[in-house]
Parts: sequence; C-alpha cells; structure tokens
Amino acid sequence: MMLSDRRPILLANARIVDPSRNIDMPGDLLIAEGMVRDAKRGIGAAGVPEGTDVIDCRGKLVGPGLIDMRAFIGEPGAASRETFASASQAAAAGGVTTIICQPDTSPAIDDPATVDFVLRRARDTAIVHVHPMAAITKGLEGKEMTEIGLLKAAGAVAFTDGDKSVTNAQVMRRALTYAGDFDALIVHHTEDPNLIGDGVMNEGEFAARLGLLGIPRAAETIMLERDIRLVALSGGRYHAASITCAESLDVVRRAKQEGLHVTAAASINHVTLNENDIGAYRTFLKVSPPLRAESDRKGLIEAVAEGLVDVIMSDHNPQDVETKRLPFAEASPGAIGLETMLSAALRLVHNGEITLMALLRAMSTRPAELLGLPGGTLRPGAPADVIVIDPDLPWVLEPAELKSKCKNTPFDEARLTGRVVRTIVGGRTVYEYV
Amino acid sequence: MNIAPKSSFVLSRRHLLGIEGLSRADIVGLLDLAEEFVELNRQVEKKRASLRGRTQINLFFEVSTRTQSSFELAGKRLGADVMNMSTSSSSMRKGETLIDTAITLNAMHPDILVVRHHASGAVALLASKLDGCSVINAGDGAHEHPTQALLDALTIRRNKGRIEGLTVAICGDILHSRVARSNIILLNQMGARVRVVAPSTLLPPGAERFGVEVARDMREGLSGVDIVMMLRLQRERMNGSYIPSVSEYFNYWGLDEKKLSYAKADALVMHPGPMNRGVEIDSIVADGAQSLIREQVEMGVAVRMAVLEALSRNLPNA
Repeated sequence: MMLSDRRPILLANARIVDPSRNIDMPGDLLIAEGMVRDAKRGIGAAGVPEGTDVIDCRGKLVGPGLIDMRAFIGEPGAASRETFASASQAAAAGGVTTIICQPDTSPAIDDPATVDFVLRRARDTAIVHVHPMAAITKGLEGKEMTEIGLLKAAGAVAFTDGDKSVTNAQVMRRALTYAGDFDALIVHHTEDPNLIGDGVMNEGEFAARLGLLGIPRAAETIMLERDIRLVALSGGRYHAASITCAESLDVVRRAKQEGLHVTAAASINHVTLNENDIGAYRTFLKVSPPLRAESDRKGLIEAVAEGLVDVIMSDHNPQDVETKRLPFAEASPGAIGLETMLSAALRLVHNGEITLMALLRAMSTRPAELLGLPGGTLRPGAPADVIVIDPDLPWVLEPAELKSKCKNTPFDEARLTGRVVRTIVGGRTVYEYV
Repeated sequence: MNIAPKSSFVLSRRHLLGIEGLSRADIVGLLDLAEEFVELNRQVEKKRASLRGRTQINLFFEVSTRTQSSFELAGKRLGADVMNMSTSSSSMRKGETLIDTAITLNAMHPDILVVRHHASGAVALLASKLDGCSVINAGDGAHEHPTQALLDALTIRRNKGRIEGLTVAICGDILHSRVARSNIILLNQMGARVRVVAPSTLLPPGAERFGVEVARDMREGLSGVDIVMMLRLQRERMNGSYIPSVSEYFNYWGLDEKKLSYAKADALVMHPGPMNRGVEIDSIVADGAQSLIREQVEMGVAVRMAVLEALSRNLPNA
C-alpha cells in the first residue's frame, strides 16, 4: 500500500535530528530516488526539482526511521498472531522503518532456506524493511550451533535463540567463538531458566502481596555475568537482548570498560513501566523478563541517556485473547510495541528523562551500527528511511485502532503526547497520520 | 641384496617420542636415510637384514590401518620379527593399567615398541617404564605424531627440493591434531614459514604463540603458500559442536579448486589420511595434479624404515 509514488519529497521547515552526526537544527530535508539527498537550511528556498512533493513540517521533527531490534512476527507458523503485512502496517504507524524479526517461529529460523523464505515473504507483503535474526542453536534447543556463516550470507543480521537462554556454557562459548570468525553478532536473552522456575513477575514485596511467584534479578545478572566471561574468552560480539535491572547495568559497564565487544538493549516496556503497573493482575503487563521496580526503570533510562544501554527495542510480542485472558500466572508473557514504542518513549522526553537525540540514537542509529544496516542516519546518500514526528500532538490510544493483529498493549486507553505523522521507507511515504 | 645404506646416521637417543627436541641435523639425517629406503622399496628385492633377530611390537591402543601397516611393513623389510597388538586383543580391554602393560611387555624383551595411544603423553609414560627397548611414538592423543611429520617433510623435500623458505598452510582441525603439532615443530625447525588456517573453534587458544601465523579464512590463509596441508575432521566434531555442519565446513574451509587457486600456482596438496572427501577436501583436488597424497603413503614406509634403522643402531649389542 503506497500512499505516494517516488516523486522527490522535501520535508520543509522542520527540526532535523540526526544522532549519527549529532545534528539537531532547523532545516529542510530533500529525498529523491529513494535516498536522502541533503539535510540543511534553505534547500526549499534554493529551489527543488520539478514535481517535488513539498511538505511543510513546521513545528515537527524529522529523524531517521526507527530500527526495532526485537520483534516477534508469527511467520512462519503463527500467522494468526501476526504477519509481516500486519506487523509492517503497525511498524509504519509507529515510525519503525526496519523490523528485526526473531527466529523463535515454527519452524525456527535456523537454516538458510528459512531465512530466504522470510526475506521473500517480507519483500512481497511488508511495507517496511524486515531483516531476520537467525537461531544460535538448531531448533532453539541450546545444543548444536547453527550454520552461522551460511545464515549470515543468506541475510540473517544477528543470531539469537529468541526468548530462550543458551544454558550450556560450552555451547555458548563455541557459538561466540565461531560467530567471531564471521563478525556475527550474538544476541542473548539473559535469564537462567532454573532461577525463573515458576516465577511470573519481579520477585519482591509486590509479588508477595499479589500472591505470585517472583523471578529474582539474579536470574538475569548470573546469566549476563556468565556471558561476559565467555565473551572475554572468545572475543566475539555480544549483545544482551533485554536487560531490566540496575545490577545488570554494573555488569555491562564493567564489560565495556574492559574493552569487550558488549552492548545491551532494554525494551520500551522496561524503560516506561514498572511492576506496580501490573495493578490488579493486568496480564498485558506480563512480559519476559518481568517488569521491575521503579528504581530499576529509572536506572535503565538513565543508562540509555548516557549510552551505557545502547538500544531501546519494542520486544513486540503479539498474544491472542486466549493466551492473555487468563489468570496472571497462566497468561502468556508479551506485549505489542511496534506501533507505540515511540509515543511511549516521547513521554520520557517530555518528562526530561532523556533527550530526543539520545532516544533516536537508541532506537535507530545504534541498532543500525550493531547490525551493519545502512539506515539510522540522515547523511546524504543514506536510504530515505525517514520519519516526521509531531512531538506535541495529544492522542488517546484506542486498542481497536491498532494495526497489529493482536491488541495486547500495556498502553491501552493511555493519553499520549506526540506521535509519528509520516513514515517514509526508501523514499516512499508508507504512512500518514490524518 | 643386503648392502648397508650409505648413510651411517645414528639417532642419538633411545626413543622417538616426538619431533620436539630433534635438531635440524637429526631431521636431515633421517630424511637422507629415508631417501635410500625409497629407492630400496622400489626394487624387486626390498628386504634388508639390519633388524634381524630384533623384535618389534606394534602396540596400538587406538585403531589405525595405515600407520600400523606402514610400521609393520617397515619392520619386516628390515628383517625384524614384528608382532601387532591392538586394543581389541589386548588386556587393556580388561582394565589393565598402562604401567602393568609395560611390566608385561618388559618380560617379552622387545627391542622396538611402536605405540599409539589416545591420550597425550601416554607413550612417554610407557617409555619411562620400559627397560632396554626403543619406543617410537605412532601418535599420542593430540600431542605428537613424529613419523607423520617426517614423511610429510620428505614428501615436500622431494617435490620442492627444499623445505627452508617455503610457506606451508596447515588447515582444519588444528585443536585436536597431533599431525599439526609435529608438523609445526618440524617445519619451524627446518626454516619454513607455517600458517594455520581454521575456524576459531578448531584452533587451540594461544595458537599465535606456536610460532605460526593464524588465519581464520582460507583466502587469507592460502594466499601465496607453497604447500597446502589439509587435516582430517573427525566425524563426531562435525555437527554443531565445533562447527555447525559438514556443508558449512566444506563451504568455508573445505579445499576445492577455487580455494586452492588462492595458493601459488605450483602449490602442492597434502593430507595425512584417511580423507573425508567432500568435508575437508574435494575429490577433484585430492585426485588432481597438485596432490601429493598418494606419494605421502609411499614415503611413510621409507621414513619409518629410516627411524627403525637409525634407532636400532643405538640398541645394546648393536
């Protein structure tokens, strides 16, 4: 569904924010032939090519499109939860121009043929870019490493076992070592499954009051610490997929100080919500890893602001009504986020917790750098994956209007300020808020 | 036709437990002696009497066809009485310790013992408990396989006229390979430049400190080399433990014509055998004009005769 052809576009009179070059200035941005041509003051005044679509962006921001490093799409195997088509509609409406889909599908994305299927299917049905991560281990079983070289050559941008941890340290060590030969990024969910046990939310007073079994922060830090030791042994590139607590920040900080190739992400849920938001057993706030305390949330967003945590991702995980309308302990974890991550994060900007520059860096520039993708920048010559944000537009999130097939958003009925009003992918406008 | 060899080289040690510790003169002496046996082995009358009356026991704790038969043939051609003991027939199966085996063997008064064992250091341990006989290491774990390195050196020298100054790439499972270790030591001792090429999971940590260049990529690793030495990949290491799969291994590290083209135009290909065709080496290359693989087997017998002869000159009453 293309809203416009590939005529040149001039985004005029905008505030241009490009974290890749630390640029935050008023100006115009010219797009032609699918690329950013220029971004500076007075392009419009100097005259633009004939037929250019001139869009007045007064009072609005123009930035690089978001690259969401962690989204579950139901293809192959769970198209009732989400398809590339529906996910990409949600993404476009949320300013996400590149989705990095996860390999914990059915079958898992663990061989080059499945990578090929995903890429072809996304090319035919999605309106934003889609790149898959492939599995670290065959069948996500944590036993035997996948064909990392051939998978990368087929188009896998990183390797992860989705929301499963590779518990066998020897398997993890060899995967990190082997991946290093191909400069492949290992992305790991850091939670010790034995310490999770039957836990369903953050371990602590609140869980105790609700009568729910808790998951200690140590389930995360132990696995993360182990991984860092293995990275030191193997020298591979490692990315902690979703960290949630203040203790993990110390681990990441130390690893970075030691010069290891370690990066980390936090989900939009963990930087905007805390365990108290679960309230009266709201299952849409059951996520994995679990929401932590407010002090953890604050620590995480501060860490994003200073660049210690590199990435904010949506952790988009569509769940049917049947898997959510259940007692809290029995409900599946997961929340959708492609469409809402930017608006939710703009709250933090309005509260003064993070600058827009730092936010876009964590949602666009850093993911592009870690994954070796060409986006995440407004540099002339870069692909024209560009978003226009109205930072002050008030709106109410109506779940029924969400484009995802599933509506399990923790922000239902939330009053939000600011959103994407135009999303451009490869020079074409794929979404416009009207 | 029992003329003495021209070379009167004596290996001034009782055992050959590894290449480690051999001088350049030792290596050259053995190779020169082996050259004479190459000639002998190509004649109708191949038999000599230098080991007549001697008993050679081949004690193989790990199955081997080519090394064991090569040693057997070498001993027989030199006139020794050769006995083969393998694990399936030995009391090691019944739980006898290595030291008890040594005591038993001592009672049989062998003159030369050829030993292969799956544990690194086991051959040296056995040698330290034996009186009066010479021990030849036919491969101990991932430690050393000295006669393989010597036969490889002989093959290289006969085809290139020298070893010094050549660049040799050893490719594949370096981590578990005794062939690689012995070859690295020998080639360094002889003044060759050695490069190892393997995925990082099959490289021993600290390989850079072995006096070799390390490459993870065949294009980089084979560029400008004179000799490409491929190693066997054990089946149990193929699927997901050290490498993901046979197809990925062959794609990135298997020697095919394309990868061989990165080496010098006159580069020669070697493999200690037995080969996994389509895993570490393509049949077209293994059987091609640049392959020395069959010649290596021939050199094996000659080198082992040279080692037996040179050590026997040291034996008591010799």
